[in-house]
Amino acid sequence: MAEATTTFWERLGLRKASGVGEAGWGQTLFAAIISLIYFLPVLLIIVTSFKLQTEALAVPPKFFPTSFFGLIPDQYVFSPTLENFTSVFSRAYTAGAAAESTGFDRFFFNSIFIASTSVLLALVIGTLAAYGFSRYPLRGNDTYLFIILTTRMLPAIVVIIPVILMFRVAGLAGSYPGIIFLYTAFNLPFTIWMMKSFFDELSPDVEDAARIDGSSETRVFFKICLPQVLAGLAATFVFGLILTWNEFLFALLLTGVDTRTVPVALNQAVAGGGIGVLWGLLAAIETLFLIPVFLVTFFLQNQLLRGVTFGTVKR
Amino acid sequence: MTIVAVDDQQPQFGTLAPDNWKLAIVVGLAVSALAILSLPVKVSFWVTGAMVAMVAATFVVNAYRRHYYGGLLVSPAIAVLFVMNIFPLLWSLGLSFFAYQSNQQNIRFIGLHNYEQLLTNDLKAPELWGNLTNTAMFVVLTVTAQMIVGFLLAVLFAKQFPLRRYLLILVLTPMMLSVVAVGVFFSYYYDPTFGLLSQAIKAWAGGEQFILMSNKAGAVAGIVFADAWMWSPFVMLLVLAGLVSVPKYLYEAAAIDRVSSWRRFWSITFPYIRGLLMLALLFRTIEAFKLADLVILLTKGANDTMTISYHVIRIANEQNKTSEGAALSYLLLFVVIVLTNLYLYIANRRARGN
Repeated sequence: MAEATTTFWERLGLRKASGVGEAGWGQTLFAAIISLIYFLPVLLIIVTSFKLQTEALAVPPKFFPTSFFGLIPDQYVFSPTLENFTSVFSRAYTAGAAAESTGFDRFFFNSIFIASTSVLLALVIGTLAAYGFSRYPLRGNDTYLFIILTTRMLPAIVVIIPVILMFRVAGLAGSYPGIIFLYTAFNLPFTIWMMKSFFDELSPDVEDAARIDGSSETRVFFKICLPQVLAGLAATFVFGLILTWNEFLFALLLTGVDTRTVPVALNQAVAGGGIGVLWGLLAAIETLFLIPVFLVTFFLQNQLLRGVTFGTVKR
Repeated sequence: MTIVAVDDQQPQFGTLAPDNWKLAIVVGLAVSALAILSLPVKVSFWVTGAMVAMVAATFVVNAYRRHYYGGLLVSPAIAVLFVMNIFPLLWSLGLSFFAYQSNQQNIRFIGLHNYEQLLTNDLKAPELWGNLTNTAMFVVLTVTAQMIVGFLLAVLFAKQFPLRRYLLILVLTPMMLSVVAVGVFFSYYYDPTFGLLSQAIKAWAGGEQFILMSNKAGAVAGIVFADAWMWSPFVMLLVLAGLVSVPKYLYEAAAIDRVSSWRRFWSITFPYIRGLLMLALLFRTIEAFKLADLVILLTKGANDTMTISYHVIRIANEQNKTSEGAALSYLLLFVVIVLTNLYLYIANRRARGN
């Protein structure tokens, strides 16, 4: 295994043994410039989260937190403050007509709980279905798959009115199970499409050999197929997490005071107040909100690349 | 291999068996119809739900007894999709044949009138036609921009170099932002007085205050830029996966044969990334058809930037014309399905041709 021979430096990404080709530090410099330009709008959000309102609206813009020993003229320097981050948690957010206030920690918990539960649920259900579609094709298999894809094509607003009515009657409006099941359904189509392409790529010989040796179908699935698509599971998990984490429309219309997620709270922070948009506060919310999904993507990055490759390219 | 006796005989219609799905369907339909007609909504909803669950259970037992593993494995996914997606879709399809406003009680069957109205009158009106052409324009512009930028970024990251994974995650970050944050902060960057763009242009070119959103070209450019910036990483990820998967020995062979880099790209690299490019194109096109949130956040439809999706949201949500919104989105869905099928047909034919 390649894992066994990776050195400390390779793990850090400072040196790498494999790849399409190798390029030196020149490529690093070039890529760094491009990446930083690409990252700039995000960087500015992060910088803004440390600014007071007056500094956020300053002309000319204040970019730098320190003057770097007098190198930067004073007019471009702001004094960094953590006030936005503390007020994220201390500020009262009014949610809905009930005007009850819920803390930001609650929104944060809701986002993590709802997103992770529904993505994992979709992964379990979707993987089973993908295996079914791949190994035991039904009559009109492709038609079913196309119908599943179609459910993602319609503007969400059309589906949402019947869903709201259904939730009201079933008493699911504003509850965790309601929104979690909705997001599970929201994630299922591409989970099935991605996982099916992973299962299609596996060689059937090993499975047949195991069957001849007397392994049950369950054993073939858990011991032979599933271990080979772990990278695919990771890739699907990351894609699902990114989409669910930031979903706005369903969350706006179907979550209650207690189950509100961060994107909705963010939108309310934009609209609320009546004293103009509080840029520093918004930036602080978004910065905090970015951290979990950023970390997950970073740690699953290798699986993400391997997973996408494995799943969709024919040899 | 152990031989299992599979009972291929379907159960008799009359017998009361847990796998008799035909009887279950008939009983379920009858009981639900009775419940809907006689009981209040709250109760009949649950009765109908229980009947659906019963039918589903008989299907599962039937599949299990007859070793239809495919059906068994697929059934949980179908159940969730049915309840949360397909059922609401059918309901709104039904609604599109009625005159119904969500803020009023009365509901009236009018058949195809909504569609007729849309296809004959509204389409000719400059407003709706303008929204359609705007949507087409946004689809072409955003998807083209994303494909080009995503492809170039993927080429940049195709080779191994020091610190690669740390730089790659920086490029992937825009995709992880909430669309609300992207919309709000791009309006902050585009702001005429304190926005960075206006200040940069003023400092560089001088002159009066620069207002990006003052005309259609500027507003469209602003929206396309924000959308392409946010979603190019998605295209990049797919293309990069393709580039990484090209076997090294093909390039080595090409180097021995002194193949030009142009030909090397078209005959070695491109076949490996074509499938992924197509997938990225498909997903992004579907999403671009639904473009609404960035438009709402950046221009609110001013300067002729309304899209058809935003129009649907307006008539269905703000003006409460639920059934008209539903009819319009089914016309939209029809267009998307035709385009997708055409696209899949071309993709498959080309794949078979090679």
